[in-house]
Amino acid sequence: MDIFIQQLINGLTLGAVYAVVALGYTMVYGIIQLINFAHGEVVMIGAMVAFTVINALAPFGLPPLLVVLIGTACAIPVCILVGYTMERLAYRPLRHAPRLAPLITAIGVSIILQHLAMLVWSRNVLAFPQIIDTRLYNIAGATITNVQITIIVTCVAMMAALALLVYRTRLGTAMRATAQNPHVAGLMGIDIDRVIAATFAIGAGLAAVAGVMVGTYYGIAQYTMGSILGLKAFAAAVLGGIGNVPGAMLGGVLMGLVEALGAGYIGTYTDLCKISGISEWLTQRCAADGGHFVLFGSNYQDVFAFVVLILVLVFRPSGILGERVGDRA
Amino acid sequence: MQHAKHLFTLLATVAAVGLTACGQEKKPEAAKPQAAAPAAESTPTIDIKIGHVAPLTGSIAHLGKDNENGARLAIEQANAEKIMIGGKLAHFELIAEDDQADPKVGTTVAQKLVDMKVAGVDGHLNSGVTIPASAIYHQAGIPMITGSATNPQLTEQGFDNVFRVVGRDDQQGPAIANYLAATEKPKVAAVIDDSTAYGEGLADQVAKTLRAAGVKVLAREKGTDKQTDWMAVLTKIKGEKPDAVFYGGMDATGGPLLKQGRELGIKAVFSFGDGACTEKMHELAGAAAEGMLCSQAGIPPQAASKDFLTAYKARFNTDPILYAPFTYDAANLMIEAMKEANSADPAKYLPFLHKIHYKGATGWIDFDAKGDRKDAEITIFVMKDGKVVPTAVVKAGKTVPFDEFMKSMGGA
Repeated sequence: MDIFIQQLINGLTLGAVYAVVALGYTMVYGIIQLINFAHGEVVMIGAMVAFTVINALAPFGLPPLLVVLIGTACAIPVCILVGYTMERLAYRPLRHAPRLAPLITAIGVSIILQHLAMLVWSRNVLAFPQIIDTRLYNIAGATITNVQITIIVTCVAMMAALALLVYRTRLGTAMRATAQNPHVAGLMGIDIDRVIAATFAIGAGLAAVAGVMVGTYYGIAQYTMGSILGLKAFAAAVLGGIGNVPGAMLGGVLMGLVEALGAGYIGTYTDLCKISGISEWLTQRCAADGGHFVLFGSNYQDVFAFVVLILVLVFRPSGILGERVGDRA
Repeated sequence: MQHAKHLFTLLATVAAVGLTACGQEKKPEAAKPQAAAPAAESTPTIDIKIGHVAPLTGSIAHLGKDNENGARLAIEQANAEKIMIGGKLAHFELIAEDDQADPKVGTTVAQKLVDMKVAGVDGHLNSGVTIPASAIYHQAGIPMITGSATNPQLTEQGFDNVFRVVGRDDQQGPAIANYLAATEKPKVAAVIDDSTAYGEGLADQVAKTLRAAGVKVLAREKGTDKQTDWMAVLTKIKGEKPDAVFYGGMDATGGPLLKQGRELGIKAVFSFGDGACTEKMHELAGAAAEGMLCSQAGIPPQAASKDFLTAYKARFNTDPILYAPFTYDAANLMIEAMKEANSADPAKYLPFLHKIHYKGATGWIDFDAKGDRKDAEITIFVMKDGKVVPTAVVKAGKTVPFDEFMKSMGGA
C-alpha cells in the first residue's frame, strides 16, 4: 500500500508539471488553433536560464530559496520574450495561411530553439548546483520531499491564478471571445493581435516556471530536455480536451498518474514467470534467471503517454472535457 | 626540443650508415678474422620504430599526452640500456601520432604508421578508434598493444596481433559484484540498466555474479540512456527493500537515479560501473553521491611501481594522470619480445608476445589466447567528499584492500 501511495505522490508531482506545460499548448490552440510544438523548448530555455543564474549565484551563500526565486525571476522574462518573439516573427505572418503552414513552422521553431540552446549552453548534461537541502516527510509509509511539495503547491497556485485570469478579468474575457470567434471579437473592439501575443506570453511564463521546477527537481538540464516533456504535455492537453483550460489541468495530472503507476506496475504484471507452468521453455528460462522474465519493463515509461494519446484520439477525439469536436485539428 | 631530437636521430643514423658502410668496405680486406671482434668501437646499429597513437588535440588531449609520455619513457630507458637485437645495437625511435580521438583520423594515422614500417604500435587510447585501426595493423601484420582501450570487442575480432594490457569492460561486472557480495553482504539486490549494450551487458554480469554468490536479485528494472525520472522504478524497488542497488549506465542518468533513490529514502548501497565512476556523480547527485561504489578497469596511476613513478616524475616533471603506466608497459612488452626473439621483425617477435611473462609497472603481465591480459586488475572506488577514491583492487577474483595493493606494488 505504501508503494502505491508513493507512486501516487510521484505521479502527482509529475502531473502537476505536465498540467502547467499543457496549459501553454491548450491556450494557444484554443485561440488560434495552432499546436505550438516549440512550447517544450520554451520550458527548456526556462530551465537553462535558471541554471545559468543559479550557478552564478550559488557561490555567494545566499539562502537557497532566494537563489532559486531569482533564477525563476530571470527565466520568466526571457521565456516571455522568446514566446512573444516567436509569435511575432514566425506565426503572425502565417495567421491566414493554410493550417499546415504554421504547424510546420512550429516544428521549425522548435528545432531552431533547441539548437540555439545547444550553441549557448553546450550539448552536455548540465548539473544544477545542489543548493537546496532536500528534506523527507513521511506519509503513511511513503516519503515526500520539500521539493515535491513546493512543485505541487506552486503548480496548483499557478493554475488557480490562470483560471482567475481567464474567467474573471477583462483580458480573460477578451481571450475567450477571441477563441470563440476572432472575427467578431475584432468587430467588438478587441485588439486581437494583443490578445494573441498576451496568450503566448502567459503560456511562456508558465513554461518558464515549469522549466525551473523540472530542472531543480531532477538536478539536471540539457538542450534536448524540452522535446519529450513537450510531447507528453501535448498528449496531456489532448487527453483533457485541447483548447479547454480545466481540461489541460485534469489531463496533465492524469497523465502523470498514468505514467507513474504504469511504469511502476507494468514489470510486475508482465512478468511471464507468473504463468511459467504453461511451457517448459518458460519454466527453464525463469529458473535460469532468478525467477523473473519481464516482458515489458519500466523502460516503457515514456510509451504510456503516447498510448493514452492514441486511445483518446480513437475513442474520444475531443478529450475528456473537450467541448468542441475535432474539426479544427 | 623535438627538432633537436630528430636532428640527433638523423646524425646518429647518418653516422651509423657511414660506419656500416666503412665496415663493409673494409670487409674484403680483413674479412677472415670474424666480424665480432672489432665491434667494440663500431657496433652496427639497428633503427627500430615504434608507433604511439593517442589524441593529442581535443578535449582529452591531456590523457593522450599522458599515454605518450608513458611510451616515451619506456623507449628512452630502452635506448639508455643499449640493448642488442640480432647482434646489433638497437636504437628505438618513438613515432608519436595524433588520432584526435576520431575513428576516421585514427585509421589514416594507422595507415601512415604501416607505410613507415613501424615494428609495433603502442595505442590507441579510445576503444572506438582502436577497433577500426586494429584491422589495418592486422592486415600489415604489425603487433599493437593498447594500454587503455577497454571495450571487449577489440580482442574479439580474432586478430592475432592485437593485445591489451588493461582490463576489459566485461571483467568489471564480476569484479564489482564480488566486491559488493563480500564487503556489503547484501541479502537482496536490485539491478537496473539503461537498455544500452554497455549498460545491459554490465548489469547481466553483475546479476549473474550476485546470484552465484547467493544474493537474491530482484527482477531487472530498465530505463533508457536519456531518462531523468527514475521515481517509478525506484519506488517499486523500495518496496522490495534491497540492501544493494547496481546501475549499469552512464553518469548523466546515474546521477539523477542516485539522487532520487536517496530522496525516496532507499538506504541501500548504490554501485555503478565505470560509466558512472566519475566526479560528475557528485555534481549531479550532491550529498546523495557520498559512499557510492564504482569500478574501473585497470589500476589508478598512483598504484604503479615506485620505479616507474619516480622515473616518470623525473623525466616529465609531473605525475601520470591515468593510463601512462599501461602504455609504458605496452612499449616495454614489445621491446622485451624483440629481445627474446632477437629480432625486430614483427613476424618473428609476435609469437614471443603471445607467450610473454613480464613484470611491468602494473604488475606481472601474461596474455590469454585472445590477447587480453590474464587476471587484469579492476579497481573499486568509493565516493568520499565528492571525489572517487580507490578502495580495493580485484585481481583474479581476489579482493585486496587498496593500501595493501599499493604496498605489494611498492615492495616488489
